[in-house]
Order: sequence, then C-alpha cells, then structure tokens
Amino acid sequence: MTAQAAQEREHAVVIGLEVHVQLETDTKIFCGCSTDLEDAESNTHTCPVCLGLPGALPVLNEAAVEAAVRVGKAIDASIPEQTRFHRKNYYYPDLPKNFQISQYDAPICQDGELEFTVEGERRSVGIERAHLEEDPGSLTHQGGNIDTADYTLVNYNRAGVPLMEVVTEPDFRDATEVRAFLAKLEEVLEYLGIFDATRDGSLRIDANLSLVDVEEVDEDGTIDDDVLAEANRTEVKNISSHKGAEKALAYEAQRQKNAVKRGREVEQETRHWDESRGITVSMRSKEEEKDYRYFREADLPPLEVSHWKEELSIPELPDARRERFGEEYGLNEEAASKLTTTKQVADFYEDLAATFDPDLVATWVADELLGELNYRDMAITDVEGRLDEIERLVELVATEEITAKNARETVLRGMLDDGDDPDAIVDREGLGKTQRDELQGAVEEAIEENPDAVSDYHDGEGGAINFLVGQVMQKTGGSADPGDVNELLRAELEE
Amino acid sequence: MSESAVDPDEVEHIADLARVNLDPEERERFTEQFADILSYFETLDEVPEVEPDAELTNVMRPDEVTESLDREQALENAPDSEDGFFKGPNVS
Repeated sequence: MTAQAAQEREHAVVIGLEVHVQLETDTKIFCGCSTDLEDAESNTHTCPVCLGLPGALPVLNEAAVEAAVRVGKAIDASIPEQTRFHRKNYYYPDLPKNFQISQYDAPICQDGELEFTVEGERRSVGIERAHLEEDPGSLTHQGGNIDTADYTLVNYNRAGVPLMEVVTEPDFRDATEVRAFLAKLEEVLEYLGIFDATRDGSLRIDANLSLVDVEEVDEDGTIDDDVLAEANRTEVKNISSHKGAEKALAYEAQRQKNAVKRGREVEQETRHWDESRGITVSMRSKEEEKDYRYFREADLPPLEVSHWKEELSIPELPDARRERFGEEYGLNEEAASKLTTTKQVADFYEDLAATFDPDLVATWVADELLGELNYRDMAITDVEGRLDEIERLVELVATEEITAKNARETVLRGMLDDGDDPDAIVDREGLGKTQRDELQGAVEEAIEENPDAVSDYHDGEGGAINFLVGQVMQKTGGSADPGDVNELLRAELEE
Repeated sequence: MSESAVDPDEVEHIADLARVNLDPEERERFTEQFADILSYFETLDEVPEVEPDAELTNVMRPDEVTESLDREQALENAPDSEDGFFKGPNVS
C-alpha cells in the first residue's frame, strides 16, 4: 500500500494488556518477611533471601500458589500438570539478585477469559496466561527525575512481594473497554479475597497498542494473527489505575492515528505514560525478550498443583451474585449491581436481608449507606468495625422505631460524622417511637387540661403557646426539645 | 558451534546488558574469551539429554511471618547507604 493510501484508510485500534496484581498474602513469595509495608521504615522487611545474599535459598509461599489457582479458577483457565519458575535476567538496582524469579514456558494459569459489560454490552476478553513472580524493590531518584538525579536510594521492603501478571489477548478495541475490563478484574480479585485495591501500587498496567486497517477486522471482531504481528505497536508503561489506563490509551491511539494521517510510520517502541502531563513519551529502548536470558530456576522444584483447582473453593463471583440478587430478593439491576460491587457490601446486604425486608435493606445499604459513605469519600472498609451499629440502625427503621427521614438525616449522618452509636443519637435527639408517643400524649393532655389557654391561643394571644409548652415540658420532666413541643402543639391546635 | 560464534558487537551488547563499560582492548580480550567459554559448551553437547530429577515437587512453606533482619544488618554489606536506604549512582 502506498503511504498516500495508508493515510486515507480508517484504522481499528488493537490493545492487549499486561496487568500486574499484588497478591494479598501475609509473607513474601519466597521468604517469610512480612508484606505489611504500610508505614514501614525503609529496609526493615528484608532477609538474606529477598536481599539476594549469596547462598540464600527461596522457598515458595503456599498461599501465593493458592491465590494463583483461585485466579485461574475464576477466569476459567487451565492449570497445567506441571508449572515451574524461571530466572529473568536484567541489571537494575531494584533487583538485588540481578534476576527476577518469574515464570516463562509453563505459567500457572493458561487460556482463561473474563467477561465484563461495557456500555450495556457483554464482552469477553481472552487471558493468554497469568503467572507468578516477585516484585522488585523501590527506587527513589534523589535530586532530580529519573534522568537528572544525582543518585539513587533503594528500599528492598517490596522486593519479593508476590505478584501475578495477567496477560490478555489483544482483544480490546478501545480504551473504554480496557477500563471496564480492569474494573471487572479488580472486582473479581477482591471477591477472591486476594487483592486490596487500596494498597499503594496494587495494580500496575502495561499496554500494547497498534493500529490495523479496518478492512482487516473480521465480522466477528477478530483479526488475523499475521496482520497483528505485522502492525507496529507501542508498549505503554507506568499506568496505575483504570482511569489512567483509559486516558493513556485514548491518548496513544490518537497519537498513532495522527502519525499515520501525516504519512508517518508508527515506530515500534516503549513509551512511558506521564500521568501529570497526560501524554505518553518515548523511552530509551529496553531489552528484547532474548536479552532477558530466561533459564530454569534450579532452586525451586516444579509445582504439580493442577488438582488444586478442584480442591480449592472460590466464592460466588460478582456476576452470578448480581443475577441471584435479582431473582432471590427481587432487586432491580441497578440495586443488585450496587450491592455486589464488593464482596463485603454484598455479604452485609445478605446478612441483613435474612432478617429484615430485602427491599428496605436494599434502599438502606445501596442508597443511604453507600451514598453517605461516598459523599464522605469513604468505603465500606472504613466502617468495617461498625457494621453491627449500622445493622441496629436498619433495625430501628425496619421496626418503625424511628422514621426513615430521621434515620438518614440525623442518625446515619451523626454516626458517620461524630462516631456516635445509633441508640445514643436516638435518645439524645428524642427520635424514638416511645419518646414520640409519650410526647404526643403529653401534648394532648396539656391541651385537654388547659381549655383557657387554648381559647387564648385561638384568640391570638402570643403568650398562651408558651404557657402550654411549659406544661408539656413539666410533664416530660424537661427531656423534650421545646422547639419540637412548640411544633407539635401548634399542629394539634390547628386541627 | 561455528567459528563466528562471538563477534565484538555481541560482546558489547552483553556488556551493555550487564551495565559494564569495556574499553576497546578489553572488548577484544573478552571476544576471545567468550569464544573459548562457548567452546566448552560444545563438550556439554556430547552429554546425553536426560530429564532433570523431578522427584522433588511442590516444596512450599506455610504463609507464616518470620523475623526480618534489622535495618543495620540489612545495610551492613552495602558500600554506601543514606537514611536507611541503599545508596547507588543515578540509573535510568
């Protein structure tokens, strides 16, 4: 094709992902150092193994393998009869051994897929492989950026934290799909209890993006492997969120299209996503695969864990649970969807729905609770220790002890803003049904016992209402709110 | 293995990967030595191929925390450190 013709063609975008996910285990993948790194001082979570000291031997963490098998089960991948580890060699100070223990020819998960919904449509993306590897340490470039720094400081706390690298087929056709897929992947991993999205660096994404002639896309959306192999692609690194992925890839797709439109060829290269500037920039070319000189990790015997797929159980996954919520509790799609985004919310909902009206609970969890949490930039995890208090609040509403309006506006907000417990707020504010009934009784009594004041009130004597308020306050032993009493009296007198 | 197994460019490339600078003289010397080393591997070609001893499988440990080194110990062998970090030259 001439350059002129290429310029005029419409292009389809082809994207494949490599997603690095931190697995939630208590210890590192090859040693017993704790992975609880929050607020940890530098280099306080290391040992001869993760520092790569001579003679130290790695021993595989069983929990990391279990997590990997669970992922395999969730994405319907096959777990090969035998899987093993390789050394990936490269020299960079974040790797104390000068190689990373990873997997190469026999990854633990192969040929899976993940379904997700994008703009109301179901999509499925193939997962070519998912393998286990160790995280490198972290570098700080002192006195400048990566190019201009005076020197480098290294912290090996993170070295050896278990990672799973999930490699997709090049099945994505735009950046929106990528974002929806990543959200679904996180959701599934969170359900499996092996992933914490709030952890710094828990999700890191590299993406390959290329353009192919639309004519080459088959009717079912597939593209011939030869066509894909021929297209020059860029690898975009340093993406750390769903949103970042969408922005970075939308940018990169447009950049490539512009290059083609101007009659230039897309260069095959590695590019770095600069989040703050919102652009991708060319990186000095990195090693090719052969330069990594992969070879067998002789210190780790092979794994034969394909039978674990049967033995290990995984919880009901979000899509199945969403569907069941609709059928079992009669919830609409929106409510079922909100209630199943995290396992914790879904579990909490089901706990409550077993006791109280599922509809009422749905409103309270999906709209009121999540709404108020969201407004405060909080998540269910922030009130983890107070779920029994929230349950008590729902009970108060379900038994009509307090009104829905009071429950929402006074009690729930008071609980979240001031950390009070619901009964304390109800007592203090006099919102309880008994208290309201008592107060109503006292109001009616005061009116009955003081016909003179009542007729004075109707004659327009301002002082009469204050006298009646005083009477009610006396009857309630001063516990009522004078403003509420005033309101109740007027309502009663105007009837 | 053929005689042209190693050329100076290849040696340069390997040195780059290892982040080692070679002067021209060293490059020549290493090219010869690389060829020698590779020829030793030809001897290995004569060894019959066998599967590695696969008796050991599934060697794993439970996910239980063991004590880490304290920071002073961790940094003890470092040529240079600063504020509890290993310190090295700028890399990019």
